[in-house]
Amino acid sequence: MSGKGIHIESLSKRYGDGDTAVFALKDVNMHVAPGEVVGLIGPSGSGKSTLLKCLGAVIEPTAGRMTLGDEVIYDDGWKVRDLRALRRDKIGFVFQAPYLIPFLDVTDNVALLPMLAGVANGESRAKALELLTALDVQHRARAMPSQLSGGEQQRVAIARGLVNRPPVILADEPTAPLDSERAMAVIRILNDMARKFETAIIVVTHDEKIIPTFKRIYHIRDGVTHEEAGEGREFE
Amino acid sequence: MISLAGRDILHAWGKFVFTGIGLGLLIGVTLVMAGVYRGMVDDGKALLDNSGADLWVVQKDTLGPYAESSSLNDDVYRAILAMPGVAQAANVTYLTMQVRKGESDVRTMVVGIAPGALGATPGWPPYLVAGRQITRGHYEAVADIATGFKLGDRLAIRRNHYTVVGLTRRMVSSSGDPMVFIPLKDAQEAQFLKDNDALWQSRRRTEANPAFNRPGVPGLLDAVIASQSSNAFVNTVLVTLKPGHAPDEVAESIRRWKRLTVYTRAQMEDILVGKLIATSAKQIGMFLVILAIVSAAIVAFIIYSLTMDKIREIAVLKLIGTRNRTIAAMIMQQAIALGVIGFVVGKITATFSAPLFPKYVLLMPFDSIAGFFAVLVICVLASIVAIRMALKVDPAEAIGG
Repeated sequence: MSGKGIHIESLSKRYGDGDTAVFALKDVNMHVAPGEVVGLIGPSGSGKSTLLKCLGAVIEPTAGRMTLGDEVIYDDGWKVRDLRALRRDKIGFVFQAPYLIPFLDVTDNVALLPMLAGVANGESRAKALELLTALDVQHRARAMPSQLSGGEQQRVAIARGLVNRPPVILADEPTAPLDSERAMAVIRILNDMARKFETAIIVVTHDEKIIPTFKRIYHIRDGVTHEEAGEGREFE
Repeated sequence: MISLAGRDILHAWGKFVFTGIGLGLLIGVTLVMAGVYRGMVDDGKALLDNSGADLWVVQKDTLGPYAESSSLNDDVYRAILAMPGVAQAANVTYLTMQVRKGESDVRTMVVGIAPGALGATPGWPPYLVAGRQITRGHYEAVADIATGFKLGDRLAIRRNHYTVVGLTRRMVSSSGDPMVFIPLKDAQEAQFLKDNDALWQSRRRTEANPAFNRPGVPGLLDAVIASQSSNAFVNTVLVTLKPGHAPDEVAESIRRWKRLTVYTRAQMEDILVGKLIATSAKQIGMFLVILAIVSAAIVAFIIYSLTMDKIREIAVLKLIGTRNRTIAAMIMQQAIALGVIGFVVGKITATFSAPLFPKYVLLMPFDSIAGFFAVLVICVLASIVAIRMALKVDPAEAIGG
């Protein structure tokens, strides 16, 4: 199956060679459609982060195939020459902590990505403001990250992940530092944004509160994934 | 594209400004050290310029009169005057000593100048800022204003007292001591004059020597004592040339026919700069190298610390697609900004503190420009460690696990 969204087939990642070889991922298959938010859950050391790094073109898989939208980005080797540009233009990241750039205000934190892609400053800031408005933090547009609450910071981080309109967003435990109410708000926002921008979102999480909100969940254990239907409770 | 370095500096401006001030004080010391060296060279050149001489005739095989002691008979100048191409030749003595000024004393170079016409006799102070030139044969003095003497002041050299009749400016020895000009005969006496006890002891020894006190030779003892009590030597003969005569040719002629050592202006400058202050210059050079290394270490440490504080942000920047050269430029621009702040503070510090130093500190624009570029180079080099570290940051560090 291919098409839009992200699609991976038989993806493997091996560390080391010979007798010391360790397979962090074994023939992982996954598909996330545009507008869909799926959960990726598993215990520590199960391979979640390795899978996220492979999907984010940060580390190279050992074998398999990955398709992003209509573009094959990996097929037993990278098919894209500029992985930095791939990460900038095609993949959005939302981290456990917001990791906003402390010396840039909220607008420029979000506008930085289009600026890095060569978009003019004014146009980049307009894009940023549009997203900040969509995420209801436009009133903090000139604030510095240190002046924001945890929830506001995470919304700004989501805006940064979305600003280049990537076909996929990888969210690494985005609700970990938040209380239940704010965690649910973040998940609601991710779902809204996924629908609004036709973005495929993969949320890595340990957070029991938000697991029931996913319609589909990928469990990963010892580098092997199993797909199952989620409850999709909050967003039915 | 926004300036990441500029934003970071504005965000943490206090850290940058205070670090820049600290660095600036170090740069200020460096500029003053360079100014001390320039001042020493300028003092030497001022000494040569103010002497008004084209040639210095000194004792054979010496580097006198400034770098080594030199002694010539005071009638040598007559023979030199007869040489082709010589316009003027004048005896001069130099004696560095403490001159009493009221209850205190001041370190000066006492210059004995031969009688002659102003502007025509080498060795005279070329201009005065107050008063008049020496017109009497004894007990008048012209003092550099840096000595602190005023017109009409009385100063004591050995057992004699002199009245200050004129003041001059920027007349200094090669070591920066201000000059006091007195008549040549007084200066010759001052070089030799002993206290009363010493004179009495000397006469007693001479009287007790049967070679000088012969019963059958009346007047011999008096003649010997008289010769011991007078000084017929000078340190150098300053020579000016007639128009159209090359200094090297006249100098060679004097060397050959009078068997004396002669230096031209260029040679004398080489002696002053290359020999007399060479050790001081090396000393200052060592200080400059050490200060440059310390400055580089400080900048490197500060930039390294600032970069370490941003390691997670750098990982995020790399993960979201920031080019390595953008991150390197951010770090380098911060190092350069630190250097610029430091240089501005240093230049202001050096400019305002230079007049407070007891010796002449000459801050040359060229040194400031060279210093500015040296600071920039040091900052760029100092940022390399931090840049290398930043470029090694794995973007995967931004992702947990």
